[in-house]
Amino acid sequence: MIVRGFKKSIPYAILTIVTLPIIIFYGWLFVSSFATGTEGLKPLGFTLHNWRFLTQPLPHMPSVWRITFNTLVFASVVTIAEVSISAAAGYGISRLKFPGRKTFLGLTLVLHAFPSVTLLIAIFFILYTLHLYDRLIGVIMVKVALDLPFGIWIMKGFFDTISWDIEMSALIDGCSRLRAWIQIVLPLIRPGIAALSIFCFLSGWSEFLMPYIFLTSFNNWTLSVMLKRIIGDFRFLDYGLLTSVGLFYMFPVLLFYAFTQQYLLSIYTGGVKGGA
Amino acid sequence: MSPATILIVLFFFLPVIVTIWISMTDMSVATFGNYKLIGFANYARMIRSQWTPKILKNTAFYVTATLCFFNVGMALFLSLLTTQYIDKKSATLFRTLWLLPRITPSVIYALLWIYATENPPYGILNQLLTPFGVEPRNWMMKAPWVVIILANGFVGASFGMIIFTSAIESILPDYLMAAKVDGASTLQTIRYIILPMIKWPILFVLSYQTLSLLASYEYILLLTNGGPGFYTTEVWSLYAFHRALSNYFGNVQFGYGAALAAVLVVIGIIVSVIYLRVFKFGELVAEPKIEVL
Repeated sequence: MIVRGFKKSIPYAILTIVTLPIIIFYGWLFVSSFATGTEGLKPLGFTLHNWRFLTQPLPHMPSVWRITFNTLVFASVVTIAEVSISAAAGYGISRLKFPGRKTFLGLTLVLHAFPSVTLLIAIFFILYTLHLYDRLIGVIMVKVALDLPFGIWIMKGFFDTISWDIEMSALIDGCSRLRAWIQIVLPLIRPGIAALSIFCFLSGWSEFLMPYIFLTSFNNWTLSVMLKRIIGDFRFLDYGLLTSVGLFYMFPVLLFYAFTQQYLLSIYTGGVKGGA
Repeated sequence: MSPATILIVLFFFLPVIVTIWISMTDMSVATFGNYKLIGFANYARMIRSQWTPKILKNTAFYVTATLCFFNVGMALFLSLLTTQYIDKKSATLFRTLWLLPRITPSVIYALLWIYATENPPYGILNQLLTPFGVEPRNWMMKAPWVVIILANGFVGASFGMIIFTSAIESILPDYLMAAKVDGASTLQTIRYIILPMIKWPILFVLSYQTLSLLASYEYILLLTNGGPGFYTTEVWSLYAFHRALSNYFGNVQFGYGAALAAVLVVIGIIVSVIYLRVFKFGELVAEPKIEVL
């Protein structure tokens, strides 16, 4: 019996060991933000001083609230734009026959697989020419555009799962196509819309490269850019400050993650884009 | 539909063309206003450059190692362990933990690794390994590749893990039951039933992740920025980025950077078209059933 119990616990032990770095790292993130300093994992003393950035701006930095506001605007606008455009385009691809449909769908698929970060150099040039460089709206457009193929693809998947009969009967009863879409089909894929919205919001909230490259003036930064600048300025100095800003930045992500994991999983299974 | 088309044209098609066009010019900070077309000179320079072989080697190493050990290897390992060996509740817990790095904003994630690999008395790695007789050191400086591959791998593994897990869970229980009745051990079941049945998902993850690893440089940029020293961990995409957008040497060369990026763009287009063919594209574009508008 003992041998059996032992044998059974081996997989747990192995999993725990390989997962250990994750547990330790995030544990440290939390501990360090409330500590006067840490040596390895050992906190040296308790303090709230690290959280001073909430009430007063850091030297050479804009106020954190302004940056949070930027990030919030960025993430929200990206979400609204991407979800509504994807829902319309996804429905079109799933249900309507129009000239070029096959091409459009094929392109969406190719672009979905295509690594869009390679295009950033050219996009820099385009934004510069359009006078959208260093403006939040420009970065929002780029972000929405680069994530669209993914969004359209996910939305198409959700529309495909809805039975034709429901829509057909609405149409036969004299409902217009648009009304059928808004009143019958959209409510049916509410979970899909919710999932895509959460995904877009988190992805917008976390986005680093695009704001980092395309937003230079400091009032336009998002939290990720600000954190990167603090790492650049304070490196090897103030981990307490870094971790508390980090935790502040990550808090909404953790919150969303804890409560909406099932939604997110449904998106990832649909095939997520990018990331190493 | 039309906003989608406009945005996609503006930020996908146009950039592809612009990338190739800029790569034919000598555009840089000095010549931004009056650049001129120079044909394939940038490409010739790329082939002649003394750094090209080194960066190619780095890229190949980075992609292969991360892919084998983590994005496919660890992913497979995790999904097999969590589906075959342990109970459902703990399985969910472990999967949740492994998804955490993916969901974490990249800057924070990089910060965790920067601290963990820090000099003594700070770094977590040193603190944990010293009792086992490992010399304390700054891991980011002394073993940059190990850190980069680990950091990327912990993010990358979750993608394969999710795909494989759902593939394994959708295998009909009858097959597994039949194997059990015939007296197969769990290992044999994995080897002869599960692995052959999830062959396609494995191939899918392999090709998809090759492409995204090839083009990704976000984490390397945040961790080592290509260093320490000269191009130690510089990969192709990061090199393009440095040349074109980051004034690393004070001279931003859009033309040369665009030429470097154009290579990746072309590879990206070819590979994505190929694997859409392989993964049964035809089925996905079946005609819709309702024709009335």
